[in-house]
Amino acid sequence: MNWRTFYALLARDGHVARRNLLPMLLQNLLQPLLLTFVFGRVLTAGGMMKGSFKDVLLPGVMAISMTLSGVQGVAMPLITEFQFTKEIEDRLLAPIANGWLAVEKIVAGMIQALIAGLVVIPAAWLTLGPGVHISFAQPLEFALVCLLVALFASAGGLALGCSVGQTQIGLMFSLVLAPMMMFGCAYYPWSFLSAFPVLQYAVLINPLVYASEGLRGALAPQVPHIDLLIVMGALAIIDLALIVVGLSKFQKKAVS
Amino acid sequence: MGIGIRIENLRKVYDSPPPSAARGGGFSFVAQRSAGPKQKKKKFEVVALDGISMEMRAGEIFGLLGPNGAGKSTTIGILTTRTAPTSGRAFVGEYDVWQQQVKAKRLIGVVPQRPNLDFALTAREILLFHGAYFGQGRKEREEKAQKLLEHFKLTDRADHMVRGFSGGMMQRISIARAMMHDPEVLFLDEPSAGLDPQTRLLLWEIIREYNALGKTIVLTTHYMDEADALCHRLAIVDHGKVIAQGTPEELKASIPGGYLLKLRFDRAPDDLVAALKQLPGVSEARLKEAGAVDLYADRGGALIAAIVSAAQAAGVELRDVHIAEPSLENLFLHHTGRSLRD
Repeated sequence: MNWRTFYALLARDGHVARRNLLPMLLQNLLQPLLLTFVFGRVLTAGGMMKGSFKDVLLPGVMAISMTLSGVQGVAMPLITEFQFTKEIEDRLLAPIANGWLAVEKIVAGMIQALIAGLVVIPAAWLTLGPGVHISFAQPLEFALVCLLVALFASAGGLALGCSVGQTQIGLMFSLVLAPMMMFGCAYYPWSFLSAFPVLQYAVLINPLVYASEGLRGALAPQVPHIDLLIVMGALAIIDLALIVVGLSKFQKKAVS
Repeated sequence: MGIGIRIENLRKVYDSPPPSAARGGGFSFVAQRSAGPKQKKKKFEVVALDGISMEMRAGEIFGLLGPNGAGKSTTIGILTTRTAPTSGRAFVGEYDVWQQQVKAKRLIGVVPQRPNLDFALTAREILLFHGAYFGQGRKEREEKAQKLLEHFKLTDRADHMVRGFSGGMMQRISIARAMMHDPEVLFLDEPSAGLDPQTRLLLWEIIREYNALGKTIVLTTHYMDEADALCHRLAIVDHGKVIAQGTPEELKASIPGGYLLKLRFDRAPDDLVAALKQLPGVSEARLKEAGAVDLYADRGGALIAAIVSAAQAAGVELRDVHIAEPSLENLFLHHTGRSLRD
């Protein structure tokens, strides 16, 4: 393993990300924050929603933002770079085994997801206005859940980015990301789905459910949520599976 | 000093369409269908390399010459870790490219057929990051990048994004990038495709200069004159096989007669062809189509008078003569029966 090369690859992604920082933040945070404003501020102020909805919403929005920025931060560049211009070849020719480039992409995506998550907390707090009750009383659990969520987002981005062609990006959004966000328990706790028993168990294949519930459990434990240990176990299994799938797809795609 | 390359019995069968670089402009493979009785789907299978072996010596400029789809880019792809061989082995120096990839990658620089520049970066950043991938320190890579930018006359656009560069500029920055880590072997896949004649001469000079440092250079081309002018040794490939190998001089000398006289008569009876074969210095006379005869001989214009008398004796009229001097083009024609551009 060649750490200098690995670090240089990471530095390249960091450099490009910094150059695109503002558009990237807007792309990944604006939509969730607008939703936060409408549902968390306008509807609660008008009395259509209870004030406690704000506590439900904030961790959910954080989960969505982390997922979006991790998935997009890895998948979108990969899709372009593997197109006929083969921009990625320069890095595939770097003196490091091809698999490490995929690992580097995962690490870069995790960093992006974590930054997005940390930016969205104060932003959502401000957007929601007074009456948000979140606590950082469980820092270790919070950190662990954040890491697992970031890993799920970027490993998922790797798997998606290596399976989707440029022409299918729109499809990826409407078929994968949109249902994932709607059925990801980001805007409601999982226990509320008990009125729809089939759906309640069907959504458990959606990793975003664990992300939302886990962040809820860590930040707003007063809201009903799935037990943190179960969440972490499920996320760990999902992370592992996505890493295995992503790496093998990357290896196949890297060599013709 | 210098690193040689060895290829042993390489085969490559693509089971999906090959990458665009290996496809070239006119992809000439015939897809073969597997002949199983129970086949559900027509299986896509293309034999790009059909057991190629060759050796490129340390410090030489080696040319792979052949038409589009001959297997040149696939050979380069296998040697540069970008295309996995179906069978056979490839060595760069002492390293088996597919067993010791990372070690092989350190030795090689690659200029692809189509620029694969990192569009998210400026020209200078492309060089700097490339140097960093190869472990160069900050000072070393900054100096090297500046030197290369000056050498390739790119300083005025050095800090612009490469997205807006012209084809020739992209080509130059691709070559500069490949040289950034001072590789022992430089691969150039169709380096002069699409370049104007002036830039092409500049490119040849750069290649010769780099070679003068003792570096091995492998290039593919379908221009005969380029191979002739630039390469120390050549392999002519067609349909995934090596047709001929040697120095340009050796290869040209291997054509029977060397000169090719393309003759057109109003008709060409057999006794005329036989008479042409008997002329002094003629080694081969081939009847091509009605009235067209290819004559391989050791002399050119000196034969015309004899040809005209032979034609008169047979009662036919000579309508057109084209004399081609010994060239690789003729060689290709001789071995494959078709021109490189066909």
